[in-house]
Amino acid sequence: MFALSCLLLPPQALAEPSTSIFAPESTPAKSIVNLSVFVLIITGIIFAVVCTLLVYSISKFRAKSVNADREPAQVYGSNQIEMAWTIIPVLIVVVLFLATARVIHAVQDAPMPGTAVQVDVIGHQFWWEYRYPRLGIVTANELHIPVSDATHPTPTFLHLLSADTDHSFWIPQLAGKTDLVPNHPNSMWMDPQRTGVFLGQCAQYCGTQHAKMLLRVSVDSPEDFAEWVREQRRPAVTDERVAAGKQVFEHTACINCHAIAGTPGNGRFGPDLTHLMSRATIAAGAAENTKDNLRLWIQDPEAIKRGSLMPAMQLSKSDLDALVDYLETLR
Amino acid sequence: MSSNAITIPGIRVEGKPWLETLHEWVTTVDHKRLGILYIIYGLGFLVVGGVEALIIRIQLMHSHSDFVSPQVFNRMFTMHGTTMIFFMVMPVLFGFANYLVPLMIGARDMAFPRLNAFSFWLSAFGGVLLYFSFLGGSGLYGAGNAPDVGWWAYAPLGARAFSPGHSTDYWTLSLLVSGFGSIGTAINIIATVLCMRSPGMKLGRMPLLVWLYLVMGGMVLIAITPLSAAQIMLLIDRYLGGHFFDTQAGGSAVLWMHFFWIFGHPEVYVLVIPAFGFLSEIIPVFSRKPIFGYPVMVAASVAIGFVSLSVWAHHMFTVGMNSYANSFFAITTMAVGIPTGIKIFNWIGTMWGGRIHFKVPMLFCTGFLFQFLIAGLTGIIQASVPVDWQLSLSYFVVAHFHYVIVGGILFATFGAFYYWYPKMTGRMLSERLGKWHFWLFLIGFHMTFDVMHIPGLLGMPRRIYTYEPGRGWDTLNLIVSIGAFIQAIAILVFVWNLIVSYFKGAKAGNDPWDAWTLEWSTSSPPPAYNFATVPVVASRRPLWDLKHPEDPDSRYE
Repeated sequence: MFALSCLLLPPQALAEPSTSIFAPESTPAKSIVNLSVFVLIITGIIFAVVCTLLVYSISKFRAKSVNADREPAQVYGSNQIEMAWTIIPVLIVVVLFLATARVIHAVQDAPMPGTAVQVDVIGHQFWWEYRYPRLGIVTANELHIPVSDATHPTPTFLHLLSADTDHSFWIPQLAGKTDLVPNHPNSMWMDPQRTGVFLGQCAQYCGTQHAKMLLRVSVDSPEDFAEWVREQRRPAVTDERVAAGKQVFEHTACINCHAIAGTPGNGRFGPDLTHLMSRATIAAGAAENTKDNLRLWIQDPEAIKRGSLMPAMQLSKSDLDALVDYLETLR
Repeated sequence: MSSNAITIPGIRVEGKPWLETLHEWVTTVDHKRLGILYIIYGLGFLVVGGVEALIIRIQLMHSHSDFVSPQVFNRMFTMHGTTMIFFMVMPVLFGFANYLVPLMIGARDMAFPRLNAFSFWLSAFGGVLLYFSFLGGSGLYGAGNAPDVGWWAYAPLGARAFSPGHSTDYWTLSLLVSGFGSIGTAINIIATVLCMRSPGMKLGRMPLLVWLYLVMGGMVLIAITPLSAAQIMLLIDRYLGGHFFDTQAGGSAVLWMHFFWIFGHPEVYVLVIPAFGFLSEIIPVFSRKPIFGYPVMVAASVAIGFVSLSVWAHHMFTVGMNSYANSFFAITTMAVGIPTGIKIFNWIGTMWGGRIHFKVPMLFCTGFLFQFLIAGLTGIIQASVPVDWQLSLSYFVVAHFHYVIVGGILFATFGAFYYWYPKMTGRMLSERLGKWHFWLFLIGFHMTFDVMHIPGLLGMPRRIYTYEPGRGWDTLNLIVSIGAFIQAIAILVFVWNLIVSYFKGAKAGNDPWDAWTLEWSTSSPPPAYNFATVPVVASRRPLWDLKHPEDPDSRYE
């Protein structure tokens, strides 16, 4: 198994988006890979030794027709041998434990530097809400964080909360997973060392659509990140040409769950739509953010994500057109 | 067939009206009949749980499959897990305990025969309640028709807000009811082992299987009680306005996790410890040597029992415990590996220098040794907390615990079936079909569960009804699914073997394996009273002493 996985994994370790735990791009993920390799080597050696003993005894001591009738020498045990195969495993356990405790401490107890970006991550059935308390940004499903330079580290610290059931935040290339448990705030951190898009998904079963609660992290250069922050802090675009669609939004049940800054809509059960078009996907990554998918999502969410909490809005065709035109302007 | 023959329910014997036969089986308090009832009950659920697994595997064969809806998929993995743990492995192991423990210690029945029957029927109705949820789960709310909360039912998913209808209640009640059955059986096993041994059968002369069932009984008492308590608290939450786990009202989701896993982890050992017992009986007989290091094996078993009570939170490394708690549970988990390793070495020590006869029971035990070694080592890998932050909740974990339960426990149990079936029925299972069963199951098992580790390393979480293409998971999942079908075919061969050999198998005689423990000294199947005269024991291998009066064990012990 180990040999097989070793064979399969290196091609994954390229710069494309990957969800392999062996393609780390951030300090916590890298220290986990280093520890994994160490543990794999030790367990691999144990496997080889015990397996050799087993195969040897199976082939060597198989009953043959010449001796099958006679009973072999009756041996009841040996205290020396028992001592040996007790003490050696004890030593191995001590070594493994020390290596483990070191990495636990290094990752879990790392202090937060003053330069860190802080994000509140709130798990919902079945999407992610992100709030940047120091930057005044609220967004959903696609996390933007700055790349972290070794000389000027700007790690991101996530404060993990849940609005309903348990979830788990897992981007294998950036860090191990940590659960989002209601009434039990958690935290985790990552300092991605290259820009790009990193993928993952909810890892803790949270209900019907656990499978399509996807994660997408965009690691931006400092300039891109500053630009993104500037864009996100602007109020929602108001365009007179789509006033009809805005009115549909404001006068239907949309506003019970969704917020758009500058409108009466301030619902919090669904994603904030103020800058909807700055995101590449909708429905927590279940579909690309295209005009057709938006229409389908509003009219028949079951077609994209069965069991999601978005209701079918049953708008008239003209209202639906107007609403989608309006949403398309929310850059 | 003699008048005291053990028969399968519903099969007519010698002119007895079938109703009378059925009545005898339903009202029986004979430990052998109850043992067989437990085993048949468990085998039935093996098939049911297996079908659920196949539905899961068909759905996951390729990305974006729509063979079943997400709702159905979630019910399938919940029912598969609950069924296999509580209504398949547990009953089969209790069945072997019931059948073998009194015979092996020279007793005529369990200590409390009526409690024994009561416990079986409680467990049986527990399973019926769980499956009744398919019909009655909708309740007044019209929502759901079987539990879909996962077999851990993590709070607050089990709360009324997230699980309307009654399906979660059926899940809760079935575990509660069968849990009481398990506690009854555990008390019975402990009392039987401590009080019913034949003259000369000191604790230090008991067969290892009996020792291991004693440890298992103690662990069931400790492990099932917190589960039952948690289920009662959940019922209070759902119907009496309690807030133990109701996070919307300030309850604690983490409390449920602790309750569940302080049951859940010892439960793994409750299941694997009898499997250790099967190996400790089968390997010596087919190696023609006594078990290597008997006192050390006993000490290691008891040590596993104790240490495994302090490892439960290794299921919770991602939940956000502090670094000291994480370190504590890492070292306790790794420490369990030491006595477990000692057991593997002692089994190899038993084979070393022996004359190993690879009959089907021994084949399954050899498979166990390889697979349990790997399962243990992947366990050690995950005990390393930071590595577990990546592997936990992924398919790596699913592969790991199936390696334990299928590759370990189920293989050992198949070995036990082939080994003790002659005692239970008086007929041998077919060696030819048995070899087909073994090799097919071995190939299917490795296709499924070796390959299943890899999607976990590639970031595939468990319990997802579908997955995105382009992540390198498609081909691997297809191989996993094909392996599952090969395993299903092997199970069919096994069931066919059980049925055909019952009617046409070779006559077994009292002692077909030339074995050494007391159950082989009586007829196959044994009479209702087990032994005409209560045997007197002078060593760990009473039948060796009988067969080799010139060189008895009692001279050395």
